[in-house]
Amino acid sequence: MNLISYITLSTSIFIIGIWGIFLNRKNIIIMLMSIELMLLSINLNFIIFSIYLDDIVGQVFSLFILTVAAAESAIGLAILTVLYNVRGTVAVEFINLMKG
Amino acid sequence: MYLLIVLLPAIGSFISGFFGRYLGKQGSMIVTTGSVLFSCIFSFIAFYEVGLAHSPVYIELMSWINSGFLNVNWGFQFDSLTVTMLIVVTVVSTLVHIYSIEYMYHDPHIPRFFSYLSLFTFFMLVLVTSNNFVQLFVGWEGVGVSSYLLINFWFTRIQANKSAMKAMIVNRVGDFALSLGIIGIYYIFKSLDFSTVFALSYLFYQKSFLFFNLEFDVITIIGILLFIGAVGKSAQIGLHTWLPDAMEGPTPVSALIHAATMVTAGVFLLLRSSPLLEYSSMTLFIITVIGSLTAFLAATTGVVQNDLKRVIAYSTCSQLGYMVFACGISCYSVSMFHLMNHAFFKALLFLSAGSVIHALSDEQDMRKMGGLAKVLPFTYTMILIGSLSLMGVPFLTGFYSKDVILELAYSSYHIHGNFAHWLGTISAFFTSFYSFRLIYLTFYGTNNSYRSIVEHAHDAPVIMIIPLSILCIGSIFVGYFTKDMMIGLGTDFWGNSLFTLPKNLILVESEFIPYYIKLIPVIFSIVGALLATLVYKYMSRGTYKFTSSPVGRIIYTHINRKWNFDIIYNEFIVKYILSFGYRISFKLFDRGFIEVIGPTGIVNSVKKVARTLSRVQSGMIYHYTFVFFIGVVLLSLVSSIDITYINPEYYIILVVILILNSIL
Repeated sequence: MNLISYITLSTSIFIIGIWGIFLNRKNIIIMLMSIELMLLSINLNFIIFSIYLDDIVGQVFSLFILTVAAAESAIGLAILTVLYNVRGTVAVEFINLMKG
Repeated sequence: MYLLIVLLPAIGSFISGFFGRYLGKQGSMIVTTGSVLFSCIFSFIAFYEVGLAHSPVYIELMSWINSGFLNVNWGFQFDSLTVTMLIVVTVVSTLVHIYSIEYMYHDPHIPRFFSYLSLFTFFMLVLVTSNNFVQLFVGWEGVGVSSYLLINFWFTRIQANKSAMKAMIVNRVGDFALSLGIIGIYYIFKSLDFSTVFALSYLFYQKSFLFFNLEFDVITIIGILLFIGAVGKSAQIGLHTWLPDAMEGPTPVSALIHAATMVTAGVFLLLRSSPLLEYSSMTLFIITVIGSLTAFLAATTGVVQNDLKRVIAYSTCSQLGYMVFACGISCYSVSMFHLMNHAFFKALLFLSAGSVIHALSDEQDMRKMGGLAKVLPFTYTMILIGSLSLMGVPFLTGFYSKDVILELAYSSYHIHGNFAHWLGTISAFFTSFYSFRLIYLTFYGTNNSYRSIVEHAHDAPVIMIIPLSILCIGSIFVGYFTKDMMIGLGTDFWGNSLFTLPKNLILVESEFIPYYIKLIPVIFSIVGALLATLVYKYMSRGTYKFTSSPVGRIIYTHINRKWNFDIIYNEFIVKYILSFGYRISFKLFDRGFIEVIGPTGIVNSVKKVARTLSRVQSGMIYHYTFVFFIGVVLLSLVSSIDITYINPEYYIILVVILILNSIL
């Protein structure tokens, strides 16, 4: 199998996720989606290396990460709804009350 | 008894100063005057034992500083020089104490005044009796402090405060040089005792040492430093400006400090150091030139002063110049002789002037006096005797010492002796001129003061008459009686206390100088006196024309402003030092560089850094994520750099510093 192309794919997805986080100025849901995308790319990475190295631990980890990602997005969406209840908007540029 | 001479005034001063409110006015007068009187009586006994019976006394009291080679003891040494000074100091001090009883009777601070007077006497006695340089310095500074307290006695007057500060500060310039000289003596001789230093001084003849990294003759440098000390105390040219200003104190204080005691301390130092000074012809040259210039400058200044006490103060300054250049031509015994004679007639002049001022309700301006000879006949007699003695009229005290000084200066083998002789002779002319000007303006002519003042004018009361009479007798007879003892040919009175190199001895030569040279000073004096009387009697219009003509005005104001010394000092030294103190050392250094580099600067820069750093947290989530990812990337980059001999943490610190730097 061609390891380089697989890893390139997963890394590309990861970087797209990062860009999605800090180029995004409008919507916090896109931010959550980008985080999900990053977690997915990591999961993909784990699975690729688990196959490549012929080791089950990578797949075990990927299952854990799936669980964690699900929990995380659940909590994140919960916070988001609360935020919407309080502020009436979910635009990222308005979440700037805490300054140094 | 010898210790009592020194300690009695201190005890009197202590009792009057601390318990004056219990003793009251009369009590403190009696205590202090009594203690000084007994000190005076003991001084006469000491003079008999030490001076006449030739048995010097040397007392080591206790150890003071004892560290390695440095051994300083509280010690007292009574030799001929000391006992002669003792007579001068205690006699004048006792008479001033007695005089002050009447003169200061209505002053509200009597115990304080008498305490200061006795304290001054005590420090003067410490100065003349010490057997080492450090204890001499104690007395030296002590008389400085006491003079400050005494000049500042009427502390509510701003002028008295300023004069006292001036006296103290100008004296300290000399004191600094004196302390440097003492340190130099210790460095060279490894001892500060007079006996040791003077016994060793010939070994250092023409030896050199490093001073300010330059090579100088040892004894010249030490001698000059000691002389600068004497310049400050004895009001020689350069540091003389404090003496006339010190007339702000009460008149008995002027008589005590500026006639007989404090200003003679500088001459005493030169006399005491004679075994040292003799080995440096350079120092003697400087002493002669400075002394004769002082005599001339002060004599000319005295001619146009209008303040009664200031005229006498300049006369003191001028006579001190005579004493100093007598030291410079190696005639120490003559200098001491003149010092003693001068103490008598100058104290007489000051106290008589005090009597005049007292009679005229504290009027000091001679232009507002005149015609007082009939009102104050006794004071007039006294001031006339004092002035004649000061002028060196034959057969009065001043004649015996002053003319000898001039003759000796002429017969000196050095060129500076001749210089001093001519300046001194011209000064003698001015001396008699201003003396008779003073007498004329005060006692002859028409009265210029207010009628109400003259109506109440009265001659000196009996308590003031006693000291004046004693000083008057002294002014007439002291010179004649002690001439052979002190400066007679081959006298052994001085023993080892004064030293002159055989090649500098000129006492015999002065007996064989041309006859007319001996006559010149006397003729000059008489001409000066006659001229003053004639000018002020018949030519008052002429003097007015002279002083209002363009050239005469310049000359008159120049001399009347004391040769502009005060202006030069204030404009070119004091002003710049003050502005240096404010602009440079205070504003530029203390509040400038040191503050910027030090506390204020650090606080400000830390604040600035913190404010900039805290601005990184903008509140925007995408900024936080940016910093976060950049941080992660940098950390991973840094930790992946593998230079084995450097700890990777240092790279992290370095990178953080670089980032901070770019942010700031």
